[in-house]
Amino acid sequence: MAGASAASTLAEQGYNVKCFCYQDSPRRAHSIAAQGGINAAKNYQNDGDSAYRLFYDTIKGGDFRSREANVHRLAEVSNNIIDQCVAKGVPFAREYGGLLDNRSFGGAQVSRTFYARGQTGQQLLLGAYSGLSQQIARGSVKMYPKTEMLDLVLIDGHAKGIVVRDLTTGEISSHAGDAVLLCSGGYGNVFYLSTNARGCNVTATFRAYKRGAFFANPCFTQIHPTCIPVSGDYQSKLTLMSESLRNDGRIWAPKRKEDCGKEPSQIPDDARDYFLERKYPSYGNLAPRDISSRSAKEVCDEGRGVGPGGLGVYLDFNDAIKRLGRKTIEERYGNLFEMYQNITGENAYERPMRIYPAVHYTMGGLWVDYNLMSNIPGLHVLGEANFSDHGANRLGASALMQGLADGYFVIPYTLGNYMTSQFGKKVDPKHPAFAKTIEETKEKVQKLLDIKGNRTVDSFHRELGLIMWDYCGMARSEDGLKIAIDKIQKLRAEFWRNLKILGTPEGINMELERAGRVADFLEFGELMCRDALTRNESCGGHFRTEYQTPEGEALRNDDEYAFVSAWEYQGENQLPTLNKEPLVYEKVKLATRSYK
Amino acid sequence: MKFHLKVWRQKDAKAPGTLESYEADNIPADASFLEMLDIVNSNLTGKNIEPIQFDSDCREGICGSCSLTINGVPHGPGRGTTCQVYMRKFKDGDTITIEPFRADAFPVQRDLVVNRGAFDRVMQAGGYISERCGSAPDANSVPISKVIADEAMDAAACIGCGACAAACPNGSAMLFVSAKVTHLGLLPQGKPENGRRVLGMVRQMDEEGFGNCSNYYACEAVCPASVPAAFIGRLNREFTAASVKESIGMNV
Ligand SMILES: Cc1cc2nc3c(=O)[nH]c(=O)nc-3n(C[C@H](O)[C@H](O)[C@H](O)COP(=O)(O)OP(=O)(O)OC[C@H]3O[C@@H](n4cnc5c(N)ncnc54)[C@H](O)[C@@H]3O)c2cc1C
Ligand code: SF4
Ligand code: FES
Repeated sequence: MAGASAASTLAEQGYNVKCFCYQDSPRRAHSIAAQGGINAAKNYQNDGDSAYRLFYDTIKGGDFRSREANVHRLAEVSNNIIDQCVAKGVPFAREYGGLLDNRSFGGAQVSRTFYARGQTGQQLLLGAYSGLSQQIARGSVKMYPKTEMLDLVLIDGHAKGIVVRDLTTGEISSHAGDAVLLCSGGYGNVFYLSTNARGCNVTATFRAYKRGAFFANPCFTQIHPTCIPVSGDYQSKLTLMSESLRNDGRIWAPKRKEDCGKEPSQIPDDARDYFLERKYPSYGNLAPRDISSRSAKEVCDEGRGVGPGGLGVYLDFNDAIKRLGRKTIEERYGNLFEMYQNITGENAYERPMRIYPAVHYTMGGLWVDYNLMSNIPGLHVLGEANFSDHGANRLGASALMQGLADGYFVIPYTLGNYMTSQFGKKVDPKHPAFAKTIEETKEKVQKLLDIKGNRTVDSFHRELGLIMWDYCGMARSEDGLKIAIDKIQKLRAEFWRNLKILGTPEGINMELERAGRVADFLEFGELMCRDALTRNESCGGHFRTEYQTPEGEALRNDDEYAFVSAWEYQGENQLPTLNKEPLVYEKVKLATRSYK
Repeated sequence: MKFHLKVWRQKDAKAPGTLESYEADNIPADASFLEMLDIVNSNLTGKNIEPIQFDSDCREGICGSCSLTINGVPHGPGRGTTCQVYMRKFKDGDTITIEPFRADAFPVQRDLVVNRGAFDRVMQAGGYISERCGSAPDANSVPISKVIADEAMDAAACIGCGACAAACPNGSAMLFVSAKVTHLGLLPQGKPENGRRVLGMVRQMDEEGFGNCSNYYACEAVCPASVPAAFIGRLNREFTAASVKESIGMNV
């Protein structure tokens, strides 16, 4: 979505763009799965919203670990995004009067979320894709679907091209350009099980990191509170139940362990613990994601979880159905209830849904400046792939906002800043750097096939995911992170000794594609753990068990940790170095984040 | 659970393909159809047989990547996508035939992977509203009745999977094209380009080798996004009107 909006807008401005994606069509990018909505400070509901308020909510939601200026710009352009999308034909939900409808979303007390049924991401992506299609037809964008970026090409320290593998033929080739934009999404799949699409990867950004781009805040990951719990080890992904369900559903677990095996209808109200309402009376079930997720985990850790393995809590619509009638609930969430039934075989109108947190979004990403350029001149990073706007925790409905802000309204204005420095410097596609990078990429691909061991790619990925979930998930500790680093190193060594990939580098070979991505995850997971280990504080989604208040809330340390961690690669088997960008707040005052 | 599979294997776009038999053992009833194939693939790898290649990405019914024909039906039993089929829908011991989506315009690339680039090219021929970023008026400046907006959304829900064309005896893409023409055509923002859009998209559809519609309605029955076949009638009317205008030399 960030990529399509950037490519089409730059093409409108007169740039010639080459655009790459690994799916068979750009319309299938992972943005398609976003359900809930997109924020903007339109104040159409006249409930006191403003650009400042959206800015402040986003900074506070990110637990004061994002860059103030970027977030302010995001809030400012948010309104233009809605205008732009409506003009492109995005069929947002409307009121009977014909004006746009809004709803409220986790972490906000105003109604500023625009939505298109439960398919907002689909409609926004298709809007950007339609613009992209028009530019492809005009010849100003050349599209390369089913093509995976495997390396970045540097000439004199500037990003001047990429090396890609054609996933249909297996051919490896290079493309030269005046600048490179990475809009490659998030790395949640380092946990194997996540709500991300199967193909989501860290490869594009990680290989840029290995060419010198700083990776910022890799340990800042978001665990979403309302997902369908894990049901078995065959499972390939987790499914999100939209956060909007928390507008009407009440979250609870039994007060007593002994009740966990009972049918929920047999547990009377006074034996239920509506833990979010109890702990956060003013936000209740709408508390931000990191806080809601952690609360659910605590309840389950106390042995009060429900469902298989005791890893679940109830999301109950009984009261809402009584209050509003089943029909209203059906209208609001019918498709989600259907999806839940299809996956679990249970009827949520009669029995509360079981939910559990799952990995959902990654706030970390390549470091960028205000112009969205990384520390490598010419390399720009947009959307979930960069780090800049969400700090240590992202609020609901703000990733779509950021992706489209970057693509439609930021890069078209900031790219020129770099381009003007390049006047008269034409990139030579025959420069030896291209041939050299192609050779290196071919060797890497062949190396994977040559291992000829006994274990499948997926089995390594699964094992890595469990390590990350156990030690670098919702709660982290110094001891645990050290164990994780050790386990990852051992697993990585086994991977390069014992991986089994059949087939050839030519033609379609999906196990080979996955192997390349898992190889990167196996290195990147360690970087995440190192980042988590150096951040001796708790903030947002990063919860270090050593740093908490007596009530179990995150304990931030602004004196020592109000900075962005920007990691710099130092070579194979070398420890990366840490660069710090201090976070200076000029407009907002650092405050304890309270949702009580 | 246990299943006998007959799976289409084809080395590449040029090679001929055949149905091969495999056993799927120890499959949990709660596994999805694609997870069942993951298990089978891991066993095949163990036996040094190259795994079955198939497309999937979101695995939650929205990206439109998955594209298997199961027992002759695109996406298999039920109304959803392939990835939303769960094994509990089958009986223990069933024989299941798995083929790629079949349509002249979707050539098979390998095993169960098809090339649906034709859909992208049809979209490029008019499936958009020409508007330059930065030139849009305030989003609430043009009110749109909820009824119209809802109907546009019904059409916009198409996930571009291609099941409609795969189900159609003529390999027609009319449901897909009608969904886009209806979505954009209903909205005031899209109306100015209605004629150009419908002519462009229908002509490209013909050029790509999709067949004609002869009202079988097989498309509607398999569409995971519940796009109604009634939109095809709308498409036909728009196409006729635009063609007439064009034939008498009017600008469309
Ligand atoms: C289930 C779910 C629901 C969500 N709901 C919401 C919501 O309601 N509101 C909200 O604001 N956010 C939501 N989010 C988050 C939001 O959808 C994403 O953060 C956002 O869409 C990311 O957009 P993007 O353009 O950065 O990346 P993507 O849409 O993931 O696009 C990445 C692109 O990069 C390409 N790519 C990646 N790697 C490579 C490579 N190596 N080579 C070539 N191409 C590559 C891919 O093909 C793809 O086209 C949700 C996320 C999930 C998982
Ligand atoms: S109309 Fe339905 S079947 Fe056809 S491509 Fe769209 S979603 Fe798939
Ligand atoms: S994999 Fe996305 S719809 Fe099936």
